[in-house]
Amino acid sequence: MNRVLMQGDEACAEGAIAAGCNFFAGYPITPATEIAEVMAHRLPQQDGVFIQMEDEIASMAAVIGAAVGGARAMTATSGPGFSLMQENIGYAAMAEIPCVIANVQRLGPSTGRPTSPAQGDVMQARWGTHGDHPIIVLCPSSVRESFDLTVKAFEFSERYRTPVILLLDEIIGHMREGVELPADKTTLNVKREQTLVPPEWYKPFENLATDVPPLIPFGEGYRYHITGLHHDERGYPTDKVDEVEAWTARVYSKIKQALSEVLLYEENGIKQADTLVVAYGISARSARHAVEMARNRGRRVGFLKLQTLWPFPEEVIEQAAERIHRIIVPEMNLGQLALEVERVAGRRKVRRVNRADGEVIKPEQILSAIEGMR
Amino acid sequence: MSERIEIRLAGTGGQGMILAGIVLADAAIRDGKQVVQTQSYGPEARGGASRAEIIIADGPIHYPKVLDADILLCMSQVACDRYGMMMRRGGLLIVDNNQVSRTPTAYAVQAPITQLAREKTGREITANVVALGVLVGLTGVVSRSSLEAAVRARAPKGTKDMNLEALAAGFEAAQELMQE
Repeated sequence: MNRVLMQGDEACAEGAIAAGCNFFAGYPITPATEIAEVMAHRLPQQDGVFIQMEDEIASMAAVIGAAVGGARAMTATSGPGFSLMQENIGYAAMAEIPCVIANVQRLGPSTGRPTSPAQGDVMQARWGTHGDHPIIVLCPSSVRESFDLTVKAFEFSERYRTPVILLLDEIIGHMREGVELPADKTTLNVKREQTLVPPEWYKPFENLATDVPPLIPFGEGYRYHITGLHHDERGYPTDKVDEVEAWTARVYSKIKQALSEVLLYEENGIKQADTLVVAYGISARSARHAVEMARNRGRRVGFLKLQTLWPFPEEVIEQAAERIHRIIVPEMNLGQLALEVERVAGRRKVRRVNRADGEVIKPEQILSAIEGMR
Repeated sequence: MSERIEIRLAGTGGQGMILAGIVLADAAIRDGKQVVQTQSYGPEARGGASRAEIIIADGPIHYPKVLDADILLCMSQVACDRYGMMMRRGGLLIVDNNQVSRTPTAYAVQAPITQLAREKTGREITANVVALGVLVGLTGVVSRSSLEAAVRARAPKGTKDMNLEALAAGFEAAQELMQE
């Protein structure tokens, strides 16, 4: 029997191991602790390093240090810890450090309700750290997806030299499902780009055509400078407008160039539909249930499940929305991703379905919106 | 949508409701079914309300929580007061009548689960597994062999035999209840 009962948090950790993660630094917090537990058990078996840090600020700092040292590094946390990590996530964005941050969302703000699910960190994942910067945010809606999207998170972080955030939630993290993980658990086949130039010519932030300059690990003879300050191609602080502007343009461009790879979603029955449900994470489970109910009643409802939340899949929404009269956006917050859907599809078309009290949205609630009863 | 069976196990933190849910879900997988198991509990480790939910189906399970329970097990009065009415019409309510004295319906199946655990295994803590025996004995939601295999796989070290005894006691009680 290959199918095993597994939690979303466990699947996330197994996905990390499968992707070649060899460094984890974190601080326990409900409902993300199981990720750390599994990593504490699994990493030493793989000659990896697990460190329980003194807090989440230090955890994120350790992850950045490990990644610059050549490790494939991650951390896992929940709302309060995610808030603490923001400063160093900004550093990782500025210095273009490949790393993965799993945030298993719980009801906030503040300590909130530690054992209750929420999707309240969608905007924080995008803009939680200050200043303009690109970021990739992935959101699984099943145990199997927690595995798959964690592998993807490492792939994207290494390939595009960027922090990648995984947004789980308390239900997905703690839920158990029968999953069959890939038998071939080979390491993710993505290597960090190497450089052909000798150490004295190496520029860690060079404006190359690919927009992704290789990051050579410290300790290999390539001496360079990393800072949270705006910097030139060599990594030294700069106040020259043309150098600041060039950095910003390049980091946005590298993600834009990668959109076809990075934007992950699943669509179902959109072509014949007049109503579309756009959902993600745990709410996508309620939404899919509601869509089946509505179809059984003869409604023509399409379903779009977003696995990549940021960058926001503008064109996907735009194309899907063209022939659609009404778009339903259920989320376990008071309307975060709906703001983006409204921006692209127009406010008139969008109906929000929200719940932010620690309970999963019930299919009936979404069905009512589909049927225009609200 | 394929037919789904919704099961809710409700009790108090420390009674092992969540572990019972995991064992039941594990058994369903061994039967080749689709299954989702979720849980809900307060911030406290013991004493607060605790519940596990298990959905079993032949096809894909989208919404992972209980909508209207087909089977409800209540191991505390508080749980029975809170969830006793949240059932599908014709659903099965099982209560531990050592813990629960008031039920919302006269049709509730009353089993002395804690007492059986104490008498048959000497440990009240095996009541969750006795309850699984009663529940599966009455409903057949999973096969007995799969449930036994799941208990064997999931019982804490050194408690396998005790838990298998508890399970057998539960099945026996179910037999007697069905004869009544």
